[in-house]
Amino acid sequence: MEDEEAMEAEISGKLNSVSVGALRCMQCGICSSSCPSGRHTSLNIRKIVKIAGKNSDILDNEELWMCTTCYNCHERCPRGIDIVDILLKIRAVAAQSGRILPEHRQVCKMLLECGHAVPINDTNKTKRTEIGLEEMPETVHKYKDGLEEVKKLMTSCGFDELIMQNEGENRA
Amino acid sequence: MKGLSLFLGCLVPNRYPGIEMATKLCLAKMDIDCVDLPGASCCPAPGVFRSFDRTTWLTLASRNIVLSEQMDRNMLTICNGCFSTLEDANRTIKEDDIVKEDINEHLAKVGKEIKGDIDVRHIIEYFYQEYGPEKISSYVERQLDIRVAVHYGCHLIKPTKDRGLGGFERPTFFDELVTALGATSVEYPDKVACCGAGGGVRSAMKERSLKMTEAKLAKIKETGVDCIVNSCPFCHMQLDSGQDEIKELAGTEFEIPVLHYTQLLGLALGFPAEMIGIDTGIEKNRKLMDLLDSQMDS
Repeated sequence: MEDEEAMEAEISGKLNSVSVGALRCMQCGICSSSCPSGRHTSLNIRKIVKIAGKNSDILDNEELWMCTTCYNCHERCPRGIDIVDILLKIRAVAAQSGRILPEHRQVCKMLLECGHAVPINDTNKTKRTEIGLEEMPETVHKYKDGLEEVKKLMTSCGFDELIMQNEGENRA
Repeated sequence: MKGLSLFLGCLVPNRYPGIEMATKLCLAKMDIDCVDLPGASCCPAPGVFRSFDRTTWLTLASRNIVLSEQMDRNMLTICNGCFSTLEDANRTIKEDDIVKEDINEHLAKVGKEIKGDIDVRHIIEYFYQEYGPEKISSYVERQLDIRVAVHYGCHLIKPTKDRGLGGFERPTFFDELVTALGATSVEYPDKVACCGAGGGVRSAMKERSLKMTEAKLAKIKETGVDCIVNSCPFCHMQLDSGQDEIKELAGTEFEIPVLHYTQLLGLALGFPAEMIGIDTGIEKNRKLMDLLDSQMDS
């Protein structure tokens, strides 16, 4: 119980510190009216800026993941709030507390395994040779020692733990 | 000026090798000193990976940059996402010694060190700033008299304070490079709007991401163009494969050919469509090529 409370406090502290810039918000709504995602999804970026840092419920809000990071809101904000940067930092708090969407976890596993978010496949190996390229590109796909380096670095940064941990208790 | 190394990323070599081939053929024909970058990985992509863990994202990006530093070459990207990650990481390393030290501690474990002594370039801004539309047009062997919808994508120009390529509301540099090939760049509503793919939205919420794509495609269709030209394989995928996915989901057919700028340039430099990954087995692409061929005859 105490552990849980300590964790809650840590999370709300983190949210608070990453969202300081959002305190300048005057709720004019230019961000929402500039948002291409907001026209077609439930993403209300004005509301996210409003509650950023104030309530850890935001971490379970699906809307966090509807932002395409197009930066329109960020560019047009008359108060100069770095909205996308704040949103990315909130996402990081969510991910680090185990809130990772299954599809995103899958993309991360690809990176862990192959050093590529989108690895080669047989169709594209054929496509490559048909137009005169080598079957394998000049990337970690071809250079296994390079791939080992990439894997070592991900371990050094704790990325494998972050992705493989909490997998069963996916909260997102 | 330093020579270049070609950073491939994931989508170009693994899904759109034609774009890789088009880039290599064009650069060679223009006598631009650009070599392969052996052993590079995913940039890593700015949407998901930067969202999850900034240190991992910066460390892997830095390793890729080190590979180019070791060749004493600037890095050339052909993808807005790779450009976003690598340009951002490179600038951070150059400006922030504390972050640099931290990243170098990780890199030391694989015997590498980032110095921060090269630049990261995107092929569009590279062509524009180092060559300019006039010089580009001097290479053209085949004038492309077609109507083009230019799609800048988001991360080529934004955040504008970092990119330094001018404002994002009405940029013109990409259009000028298209016009240099004999084409007309048409204006259309919401031209600088996002394709819908970025930020991890396509991977986790495909249908919702396609709503944005559909809105953009509808405006392009209404304007009437012969093709869309982009500067990013992720936008390329969303706008191209997205047409098939939208057809399946909503029944709407757009039938608009989608080309990466290097493919359009490749056509203008005289390379055959098949060689640069334009599949003429697909009807919309064949129509585009027929149109271009009819111009050759006349």
